Amino acid sequence: MHLSLTSALAVFLLSLQAPVSAAEITPADVTEVAPGAFVRHGVHALIDKNNAGGIANIGFVIGSESIAVIDSGGSFLDGARLRAAIKQRSNLPIRYVINTHVHPDHIFGNAAFLQDTPIFIGHRNLPRAMQARGAHYLAANKLLMSAAAFEGTEVIPPSQTVESQSVIDLGERRLVLDAVKTAHTDADLTVLDESTGTLWTGDLLFQKHLPVVDGRLKGWLEVMDKLSALPVTRAVPGHGPVSLPWPEALEPQRAYLTKLAGDLRGLIAEGKTMRHASSIAGQSERDKWLLFEEFNTRNATAGFAELEWE
Amino acid sequence: MRALTLTSANMARRFLTSLALFAVASLPAGAAVAAEDIWPELKEDIFGDRPILDGQDWVQLEAPYRAHDAAVVPIDIAALRPQEKDRYIKSITLVIDENPAPVAAVFHLGKSIGLASLSTRVRVNAYSHIRAIAEANDGQLYMVSRFVKASGGCSAPAGKDPDEALASMGRMKLRQFPMSTKPAAPKVSTAVSGGMSELREAQIMIRHPNHSGLQMDQITRYFIPAHYVSDIEVRQGDEVILAVEGAISLSEDPSIRFHYVPNGSSQLNVVIEDTEDQVFTKSWDIQSASSGS
Ligand SMILES: [Zn+2]
Repeated sequence: MHLSLTSALAVFLLSLQAPVSAAEITPADVTEVAPGAFVRHGVHALIDKNNAGGIANIGFVIGSESIAVIDSGGSFLDGARLRAAIKQRSNLPIRYVINTHVHPDHIFGNAAFLQDTPIFIGHRNLPRAMQARGAHYLAANKLLMSAAAFEGTEVIPPSQTVESQSVIDLGERRLVLDAVKTAHTDADLTVLDESTGTLWTGDLLFQKHLPVVDGRLKGWLEVMDKLSALPVTRAVPGHGPVSLPWPEALEPQRAYLTKLAGDLRGLIAEGKTMRHASSIAGQSERDKWLLFEEFNTRNATAGFAELEWE
Repeated sequence: MRALTLTSANMARRFLTSLALFAVASLPAGAAVAAEDIWPELKEDIFGDRPILDGQDWVQLEAPYRAHDAAVVPIDIAALRPQEKDRYIKSITLVIDENPAPVAAVFHLGKSIGLASLSTRVRVNAYSHIRAIAEANDGQLYMVSRFVKASGGCSAPAGKDPDEALASMGRMKLRQFPMSTKPAAPKVSTAVSGGMSELREAQIMIRHPNHSGLQMDQITRYFIPAHYVSDIEVRQGDEVILAVEGAISLSEDPSIRFHYVPNGSSQLNVVIEDTEDQVFTKSWDIQSASSGS
């Protein structure tokens, strides 16, 4: 086959374009939970061919000079839709993309913001977590979602990390970022929007959708105690309604994790095997949560491995 | 102690292939859906041309239908007959076909193990057959297998808390179980000769990252070397109950649950080695049969 120079150039230029052209992008449907703070509600589902990975609550905060994205979504397309929703509302530069932790539904939209050359920010452990899991997440999620949603998805590590606390200024609007100890994962970051008293918890808070333990049960309960003392008005959970009253919002999750830990401690003391215990622990909480079947056994497995060392 | 012998040409090629694929941050489609049957090739790598018979009269392999947490998948191997004097299992090889290093562990069973039932935890990277191949005292191989589905999109076969695992590396715990808690699965009855009523059950756990080494350092672009538990030996007094050759498919903080028939020794002695030649040793007093863990 012979390509003329012009068509070769055209192919080259096409390859430079974003996988889905901007015109085709439907802006994400977002809710303004506080002045200048917008959240896209994640559906309570596993990643599948229909949802483009849009299962987590993701959003953005607009200051007087710039914008911060807080979690970029579950695919390039999910991120591009969030970006389109931002562009509908403001022409200020997107200066920061904050990832609250390593899970693919929170980081896989990062590549959609590369064109804005933002600072990508995450917990001090996020680069290592991305390194350990990134290739596996790409391979697994590529198969779960549609090719059109996944195309262009990349693991983009943070260009700046938070050791324990950092503050960014969007112009008359400070965001305080706290890197917490191992809880939901080993790289959880919270974002406090001081001016509106809004705490973006990432997956340190779930409602309706069963909490998922991919770090330490005990650490998570301790982090929740610390967070509950923060003087904030509302929280934006990683999964659940887009805005919740604080600190009451923590109660269902605290009850579940406490019950799960209690069940596991009892089963461990009885000498049950991990396989047996993980099929029993926490089952009494089944009716209180969505996606219980999908995640409770996983939580019980991880919790068993942790609590067996007590 | 011996090192796990996984260095045949095919195995090495397979390992290098997975490294290369990790390097471009993607996996073959077969990594997530077991598209092709790779067992014939694996079998040749591990066992050569030795025939393998159906093992369903010897052992039962229990695993969750889905690897709910890809990093910690509990595996129970239940022996269906006791270790008899002239008919017993001398080793069990645990294989996860689709993992980068398919042989998860080889368990060499001592004379005093009593019952060849074992529990451990493994990483499962993808939809995969998991196999337990028992070698009988006459050298005959017997195999049972199960198919395990991969976990969902946000689980990964990586450590939960690498800092903690490294900080407390080498810490060991022994759990001793009163026999009333023994799972009911094995059809071992009191008719067994050799004092089966004395059969005891214990579990050895060690803090260790059991690092797979398949991750690339983002700055240097070199792969971080594997660092894992390579040998676990459990003795009562001087007598070996169990010697395990470990590999990267065992979960972070490796754990082995096993049985033994007391030989009158007062202590269980454990020696664990890793691939960086670190040796961890610890001894525990054997509890009386009635006391718990
Ligand atoms: Zn998460």
